[in-house]
Amino acid sequence: MESLGVLLPVPMNAYLESELARRYKVFRLWESPPERRQDFIRANAAAIRAVVGNSKAGADADTIDALPRLEIVACFSVGLDKVDLAKCRERGIRVTNTPDVLTDDVADLAIGLAIAVLRRLCQADRYVRSGAWLSKGDYKLTTRFSGKTIGIIGLGRIGLAIAKRAEAFGCPISYYSRSEKPNTNYKYYSNLVDLAANCHVLVVACSLTEETYHIVNREVLDALGPKGVLVNIGRGPHVDEPELVAALREGRLGGAGLDVFEQEPYVPEELFGMENVVLVPHVGSGTNETRNAMADLVIGNLEAHVMNKPLLTPVV
Amino acid sequence: MASESEVEPRLVAGRPQLLLLCRPFIGLDQALSSSFQLLRPWESPLPRDRFLAAHAAGIHALLSISLAVVDAPLLDALPALRFVITNSVGVDHIDLAECARRGVSVANVGTIYSTDVADYAVCLLLDVLRRVSAADRYVRRGLWPLAGDYPLGFRLGGKRVGIVGLGSIGCEVAKRLEAFGCLISYFSRQRKPSTTYTYFPSVCDLAAASDILVITCALTTETHHMVNKDVISALGKNGVIINVARGALIDEAELVKHLMQGDIAGAGLDVFEQEPAVPKELFCMDNVVLSHHTAIHTSESFVDVHQLIIASLEAFFSNRSLLTPVLDCRSL
Repeated sequence: MESLGVLLPVPMNAYLESELARRYKVFRLWESPPERRQDFIRANAAAIRAVVGNSKAGADADTIDALPRLEIVACFSVGLDKVDLAKCRERGIRVTNTPDVLTDDVADLAIGLAIAVLRRLCQADRYVRSGAWLSKGDYKLTTRFSGKTIGIIGLGRIGLAIAKRAEAFGCPISYYSRSEKPNTNYKYYSNLVDLAANCHVLVVACSLTEETYHIVNREVLDALGPKGVLVNIGRGPHVDEPELVAALREGRLGGAGLDVFEQEPYVPEELFGMENVVLVPHVGSGTNETRNAMADLVIGNLEAHVMNKPLLTPVV
Repeated sequence: MASESEVEPRLVAGRPQLLLLCRPFIGLDQALSSSFQLLRPWESPLPRDRFLAAHAAGIHALLSISLAVVDAPLLDALPALRFVITNSVGVDHIDLAECARRGVSVANVGTIYSTDVADYAVCLLLDVLRRVSAADRYVRRGLWPLAGDYPLGFRLGGKRVGIVGLGSIGCEVAKRLEAFGCLISYFSRQRKPSTTYTYFPSVCDLAAASDILVITCALTTETHHMVNKDVISALGKNGVIINVARGALIDEAELVKHLMQGDIAGAGLDVFEQEPAVPKELFCMDNVVLSHHTAIHTSESFVDVHQLIIASLEAFFSNRSLLTPVLDCRSL
């Protein structure tokens, strides 16, 4: 039986790559210089029946068009914003992602970022490391996290996990979603600006689609306000980044904890000098345990596909 | 024991005197000055012992701020003292035995800081495991485009957390970490029948059965260096220690040695043995997170604690029950 040809657009994870290489024929797109990548795909299109994507690269319309034998896109992420789902449906291409295994780590980071911003932990660490702590009783007053109202955009798996954690801190939970969810006691807002105006920490936890692009815009940021904190563990393009930087610069927004940015790995340098932000390089699912579990799920989906068995975590 | 009139100073005409040891936050000073005649030794040209001698007869209460020490020599200088209140939870800076000997009651601020300290402990732990501060430094140095993705951290969910001291703060920490999927065990002077957490009869046994130790107990002569070389080794190479209690609960030199040798995975430390001195070896480590004894410092707790201190002093001077006593000598 023909070995499955798998296109890997970017390096993702050493364990994943070695497991793929053990089973399949792996085509590493990044090994070609950028200007030769179209040729690389064309040259190998006959062999490529699978693509493994992630938050940086997946299968857009052009890629799908260039791969006539493409059968499955297995994402090493739960987000699908780099996959042209409509085109996959049209072509009968299966799509899988990695839900559930990363839910806890992403939710943990969301809470960690929220507390770190309000309590200025990274700033404290910088202060101590600089050798500036010279007298006992030297401190600044920060803001308590417990009891603050948390507004969650998107009450899916990750949103619910964030809510569960925040509840243990006595935080009231509100949310904005396409539709109200039954079976929760959380307060629903059908309008995101209203949610922002009525919470202290606003967390982006929805998927990135055309509808949610720049969903956190100037109006939402102004509603969140000078004491409000934005936490983004979704996708950079959920937030109008220049507006975010301006709001922080002008004090119209109290602070931000950001795991994702519009043009990763580039982060607006103006943020580097701010004490009320915490900036991390897209590490939401970045633990050894979770990345291994995600890799196993990618492999599991590809194996199921090859064996004609039901896919483990299909989206399309 | 002292006669009744000495033990129960009442609110006489005018405000009772209150000795302040070390400068309080301005809001507290203002709030106190409406009810009490504040004695501020640092404002006097007299050296402290002469200042105290001049006022001693009228000083029945003192407020210790920022862990200002209350020891035998100070107590000797204040023979009319009957009440010490500290704006802290910890009382290791107060010689309780000497206070008891002299019939001086002592109060702290009870559980008022428990929420904020618990929040900070969880934040330190998340930061150590997920490398938040280290990753933030990485981004701010512009390394993400140059050096690529940041190394992976470690999952919190499913980890075994050992709480050292299951008091008010320890319980708040446990409650929070349960929501992250942690498994909670504890060591305490006494088993707590009201909890379902697993009890271990020694810190070493707790460490051997834990991935993470969170230190939330009081510092006393018994608990000094309780987290010693054996405990740290029992926790193991993948272990993480979080300390939001007192630096001297841990043998700091041993902790640093273990960290340098990779015999423990990381630490989140808000307190140190010789504050504000912090072992410089820690400054270049990405698997430690350091803060300057600031777990209580929120605007919210400041409002709460000011109200509690004023109410405590008023309770004392009105001869009502002390609000948050650590040592109550008045029934004697």
